[in-house]
Amino acid sequence: MSNQEMLAQTALEVLGDKALSSHSPYGLLTVEVPAEGIVETVRSLVEHPVLRMGFLTDLCAVHYPDDPGREIAVVYHLHSLPNNFRLRLKAFLPIANPAIDTMTPLFSAANWMERETYDFYGVQFTGHPDLRRILNVDHMDYFPLRKEYALEDETRDDKDDRFFGR
Amino acid sequence: MVKMADKPDGYEGQGFFATSLDKVIGMARANSLWPLPFATSCCGIEFMATMGATYDLARFGSERLSFSPRQADLLMVMGTIAKKMGPVLKQVYDQMAEPKWVLSVGACASSGGIFDTYSVLQGIDRIIPVDVYVPGCPPRPEQIIEGVMKIQELAKNESLRRRHSEEYKKMLESYNLT
Amino acid sequence: MTTPDTQKQGQAPLVAHDSIDGEIAILNLGPTHPATHGVFQNVLKVDGERILEAEPTIGYIHRAFEKLAERRPYNQITPITDRLNYCSSPINNMGWHMTVEKLAGIELPKRVEYMRVIIMELSRIADHLICNSVIGVDTGALTGFTYMFQERELIYEMFEEVCGARLTTNIGRVGGFERDFSDAFKYKLDEFLKGFSARFEEFDGLLTRNRIFMDRVIKAGPISAERALNYGFTGPNLRAAGVDYDVRVMNPYSSYEDFEFDIPIGQDGDTFDRFVVRQQEIRESLKIIRQALDNMPAGKHFTDVPDFYLPPKDEVYRSMEALIYHFKIVMGETPIPAGEVYHAVEGGNGELGYYLISDGGRTPYRLHFRRPCFIYYQAYPEMIKGSMLSDAVLTMSSMNVIAGELDA
Repeated sequence: MSNQEMLAQTALEVLGDKALSSHSPYGLLTVEVPAEGIVETVRSLVEHPVLRMGFLTDLCAVHYPDDPGREIAVVYHLHSLPNNFRLRLKAFLPIANPAIDTMTPLFSAANWMERETYDFYGVQFTGHPDLRRILNVDHMDYFPLRKEYALEDETRDDKDDRFFGR
Repeated sequence: MVKMADKPDGYEGQGFFATSLDKVIGMARANSLWPLPFATSCCGIEFMATMGATYDLARFGSERLSFSPRQADLLMVMGTIAKKMGPVLKQVYDQMAEPKWVLSVGACASSGGIFDTYSVLQGIDRIIPVDVYVPGCPPRPEQIIEGVMKIQELAKNESLRRRHSEEYKKMLESYNLT
Repeated sequence: MTTPDTQKQGQAPLVAHDSIDGEIAILNLGPTHPATHGVFQNVLKVDGERILEAEPTIGYIHRAFEKLAERRPYNQITPITDRLNYCSSPINNMGWHMTVEKLAGIELPKRVEYMRVIIMELSRIADHLICNSVIGVDTGALTGFTYMFQERELIYEMFEEVCGARLTTNIGRVGGFERDFSDAFKYKLDEFLKGFSARFEEFDGLLTRNRIFMDRVIKAGPISAERALNYGFTGPNLRAAGVDYDVRVMNPYSSYEDFEFDIPIGQDGDTFDRFVVRQQEIRESLKIIRQALDNMPAGKHFTDVPDFYLPPKDEVYRSMEALIYHFKIVMGETPIPAGEVYHAVEGGNGELGYYLISDGGRTPYRLHFRRPCFIYYQAYPEMIKGSMLSDAVLTMSSMNVIAGELDA
């Protein structure tokens, strides 16, 4: 058993029954965890004496409109620099109330990543120190990366739809 | 080698040279344009190359970048202008003193370019008047220089009364500028 | 313009000792201020010239890359990646190609990987040259800038030989390069390698051990290793703080494991260390390029994946099969497996990650870019707290924050 596999097993053991499902696409262990108590879940990985997943590589969201009750997935990429081991955590949220605890007490890096995720998908990070839009204008009234919204600028009138196959 | 600007057409004799005032002023303006680089993204990097030793915009009398809009003659908009940036750009244009020219460098500034998206302004000519467009994504430094030369042509041949004409005022009004 | 050490550690008293009646002013820096290198806005609370608080606002060139990527076939996403960190676009392009190759399970011949390494290291040199010469400009030393921009032109000329573009290169494809390195490229690279070191050392001599420059940048905008890790720093900025994390070594891609090179690290994480780390990385990149050239394997410049790699144009005109593949690739009808993949490369300023979710359709279901400077720029207020205004400008330029990547 390689080192990476051992670490993956340790991670699953640490997560215990928090790990709702797991698989390893392209060698990266991906675990679905419940949204409640996400901070404690991650803290147990960060403070584990062997794992030490102390580096938040990335935080983003994905929208699955066809999956009722689990429309928004918040995805965390954690990295253990001492072990060079990566782990992906996913928590699913209903679109009616997409709320999850903020990761800022553990990682300062989460601050803007969560603001970006809020800006794009409207995920409410409970306890975030400053949850405002970050990239878009403040008065924007929708969450542009959700699948139902159009990519194009709506104010353009010089495009003839017939020529674009729409 | 010092290169002198060509003198405008006029009447010349022993010890005198006569021409019209706007030609003299046009010549002076064209060869001492102070650009305000409004560089936001990729095109701004190519502008840095244009200012660098290899391409050297100083050859056209434009090496003095004016970061204050008050003293600038030429607004060079280089890069994507997002909707968030739009009001800032308009304010900078408003703060510039007449006469002023606008050079729109690159596809994004001219038309939104490949970014036909919810957050990008589809061309700066929706908020401010533009004199010369430079295509390219990003344009090569040579193209930016050609754009500056076109602005020089405009400056050289502009009538002194143009900025006071009714037409010009109407044009500004159409952009909600005064 | 040096300040006492105590005030650079981010622990300045709320009212500094040289304050004028404790009068606190609000100063708006940016988004079009020349010292902000683009489009960063900072609302600063200052006491005299000392910064008490900073509130950065970003998003002034938000271009919706991620949404755009959801509407585009895979091969049309490469031009978008160009415009992330436009100082080193080839690295972004290669990173994207590698992500798709990882998803589709495409193996590349060694030669392609070595060619990619050469291109990526050249663009790393270009990226670091811009950043370091601009640090010089911000300290008032314009000479280095004019010197090094000539060198950068040489690198751009080489990119032109390979792909036809200077800055936004769109270089290479999924599965290899569009053409092999031409003789002109090889000649230019040879000339570059011969002459660059000497000119670069001259630039280095102008700044690195220059007393005025050192006084100006040492202890400006420091960050500790612990805070840097907590803030998600990567790349030269993290290494300047003393952590030897480099994706090229930790998760080698594109045969980086074949090359001998050192990871330079700093100690204090201040502007000087960031500068020196980048200078040293340029030397390491040169080493890698030389090794890749010396050990370049023979073979083809692409691999046999007709679903991804465009056939030669003359074949498209003559053979039906090539025409079909050409049509499918251009129209974005390439079969793509479903799955999710994260791939990271060492970009010019840190770990550039691509998180790609494919549902098997013609476009990605979701593509998220892990943009290094978006993540580390949020430490900026903490880094400049208590320092002088002029140091804040230096700190920003030495962090190598690229607006296109920051705002995506």
